[in-house]
Amino acid sequence: MAYVAIADQDEPLHDPQSFIEKYIWSQDHKVIAIQYGITAIGVGLVALVLSGLMRLQLGFPDQFSFIDPSSYYQFITMHGMIMVIYLLTALFLGGFGNYLIPLMLGTRDMVFPYMNMLSFWAYFLSVIILLASFFVPAGPTGAGWTLYPPQAILPGTPGVDWGIILMLASLAVFIVAFTMGGLNYITTALQARCRGMTLMRMPLSVWGIISATVLGLLAFPALLVSAIMMLLDKLIGTSFFMPALINLGETLEYNGGSPVLFQHLFWFFGHPEVYIVALPAFGIVSDLLSTHARKNIFGYRMMVWAIVAIGGLSFVVWAHHMYVSGMHPYFGFFFATTTLIIAVPTAIKVYNWVLTLWRGNIRLTTPMLFAIGFIFTFINGGLTGLFLGNVTVDLPLSDTYFVVAHFHMVMGVSPILVLFGAIYHWYPKMTGRLMDETLGKWHFWITFVGAYSVYYPMHYLGFLGLPRRYYAMGGAEFMPESAQSLNAGISVAALTLGVAQLIFLYNAIVSLKKGKPAGHNPWEATTLEWQTPDTPPHHGNWGDKLPVVHRWAYDYSVPGVEQDYIPQNVPRGENEQSGQT
Amino acid sequence: MIGKFFKQLTDKPWLPPEQEVVAEINTGAVALAVPPARVALRLFLCVAFVLFSLFSVAYYVRMELDDWRPLAEPGLLWLNTAVILLSSVALQIARQAVQRGNTRTVSFTLTLGGLLTIAFLVGQYMTWGELRGAGYFAAGNPANAFYYLLTAVHGLHLLGGLVVWARTVKRMWQGAEPYQIRLSIELCTTYWHFLALVWLGIFWILIST
Ligand code: HEM
Ligand SMILES: [Cu+2]
Repeated sequence: MAYVAIADQDEPLHDPQSFIEKYIWSQDHKVIAIQYGITAIGVGLVALVLSGLMRLQLGFPDQFSFIDPSSYYQFITMHGMIMVIYLLTALFLGGFGNYLIPLMLGTRDMVFPYMNMLSFWAYFLSVIILLASFFVPAGPTGAGWTLYPPQAILPGTPGVDWGIILMLASLAVFIVAFTMGGLNYITTALQARCRGMTLMRMPLSVWGIISATVLGLLAFPALLVSAIMMLLDKLIGTSFFMPALINLGETLEYNGGSPVLFQHLFWFFGHPEVYIVALPAFGIVSDLLSTHARKNIFGYRMMVWAIVAIGGLSFVVWAHHMYVSGMHPYFGFFFATTTLIIAVPTAIKVYNWVLTLWRGNIRLTTPMLFAIGFIFTFINGGLTGLFLGNVTVDLPLSDTYFVVAHFHMVMGVSPILVLFGAIYHWYPKMTGRLMDETLGKWHFWITFVGAYSVYYPMHYLGFLGLPRRYYAMGGAEFMPESAQSLNAGISVAALTLGVAQLIFLYNAIVSLKKGKPAGHNPWEATTLEWQTPDTPPHHGNWGDKLPVVHRWAYDYSVPGVEQDYIPQNVPRGENEQSGQT
Repeated sequence: MIGKFFKQLTDKPWLPPEQEVVAEINTGAVALAVPPARVALRLFLCVAFVLFSLFSVAYYVRMELDDWRPLAEPGLLWLNTAVILLSSVALQIARQAVQRGNTRTVSFTLTLGGLLTIAFLVGQYMTWGELRGAGYFAAGNPANAFYYLLTAVHGLHLLGGLVVWARTVKRMWQGAEPYQIRLSIELCTTYWHFLALVWLGIFWILIST
């Protein structure tokens, strides 16, 4: 029977011996985290290769016989869906959530280890189902990651027989997996924190992760509802979303359904999804900045409130994705207003990050570089978001490359930078060895400069009116010749960027054996995960005794104390002045 | 609980801790008033509530469109509704009995509650047969489709509950003491009440439109 760690308990910890119990059907949150991580990165690489293929076609049209318009659509769809859901959501919450919550909060494991294991294996199954669609007749669906009906299930869209069914089934399984994991993360954070760990002493990483989990728990049902109803439309011919149609001269059986209903359901999930990947990134980057700048995070309470506020607001902005679907002007006004209101807490966070750096004792380690890169990128993507939030500006820009540039900056590049930073930062805890700093810095600069060379020019292409999701530009009058050269340049940058990720993989694999031994706290951080008796932490995390927390997570450079950091489990000293006034 | 949560958000963690926190640290009294499983169940009920709400919203939106032909609900639904309410009552009695340690009442009412639930599911399935027999297929009209959909989703939730119920009953037959299965019974009861309420909601939507 699995051990449920609530507080100090006398019962022995359950103690798996065989390889299978330890590493395959593992119930240890750290192993599950790594399983999640490896699976997510693996499937993410597939999405990366797909983006490379798309860039080949866009940069050098008609040179590659194996990319035709249908396969281009399939690449887009799989790329988008994998990146957003199967990579980012899974890696942030299943990976880092699993790893960090118990360690940062001083528990021995998640409260339901068995359910945690089921969560991973269900996620794994969803990935298999998704990837299986590459091998079925006619391949994966090409409906676009938004899966809008009616085209998603009409003949003419690639993968209409099998691909779309597998996609919807895979999403449903993913949602089940996420729900099992999510209930675990929240219950653990609410019920199992070690002594002294009040809510407001939790590191912001945990705040970000659990808030994102709450969003996920409330938003994924909308995706499930739309997936189920669309499956029924496809499989048994109901007309939930399908209007009466004439397709290729033939009247279909469908009648009266509402595609816009699907859009509402989808975006009721889809917009919070943006924050499901952004909030953990916000939290983690706060901890990276504070640790590597040797300063307490500026405005901790404000940071927590902002996370909670953004999470709440993210449920009332969804229709800003639907301005072009047509809506009552007052509706548009409402959603534009709420969208702009979200900018307020978000801007507060940005100021606080910058102020955390202000006069800090900045150590430009690899994780820090990625964290700073995130601030720049997020500001960029956030600002274009303000434009797109306004109905009148959105209408001409919607479905152009401006949008592609915007969302890649804000929810592609930004979270990925944080993920890289986080991996460089916590790798020493997971493996006991540091990753190579020189390679890390190369990786950072190539990724950072590469990403900007890819996405900056796209804003300009968008202004020119280059439509999104087009296989080729065709002979449109309004596109100057130079746009094609720009596209070729972008493609070269994108391919370089993609290949450069091999540096990271190489670094991560080689450092496993050859990396510098890290010791238990290489970054001199305050949070609990760096105070475990063993590195990497053993099963049960804390040896005989659970830690007791005496302070918040950000006691860096406390006046009157010599060492520039005080771990959370150290009692208050005599000449210590309170950290912030 | 929510109020306490928001109050905690006003803590200033960088200042020396308040007395309560110090006392908590010193005595080691981790306030675990609620078992984790109950917290997780409550959270899950929130998720399920959102799910059913979204289905209902979809129902009302779709209903406004031209091709909607209201369905004459089978009369059997009234009986089924009574059955599921009874199963909820049976479990409630089981819950009170297990708190008093009354083993015989527990084993009777717990078993009864599950059997009534199975009867409810069979009854729901029979309404499907009845509708199909009368030519109301899912593809025929969105009102029909929603009927099948809502009853199916609700039924699946009950089936999930029955799995937990079956495991509890098994442990009871294997001679578990009441205190050992008390939590399971309490959680089942909460879940059943929730699903009974959801059913009342669905039933109301169905017959009122
Ligand atoms: C090397 C990195 C990447 C490259 C080169 C890349 C490239 C592309 C390209 C060429 C498209 C299709 C544009 C079109 O024709 O409309 C696209 C779409 C998309 N990408 Fe990326 N991408 C990258 C990373 C990411 C990441 C990290 C995310 C995570 C959020 C992401 C999310 C999406 C989404 C959601 C779409 C839209 C799919 C659709 O229109 O259905 N991408 N990307
Ligand atoms: Cu949005």
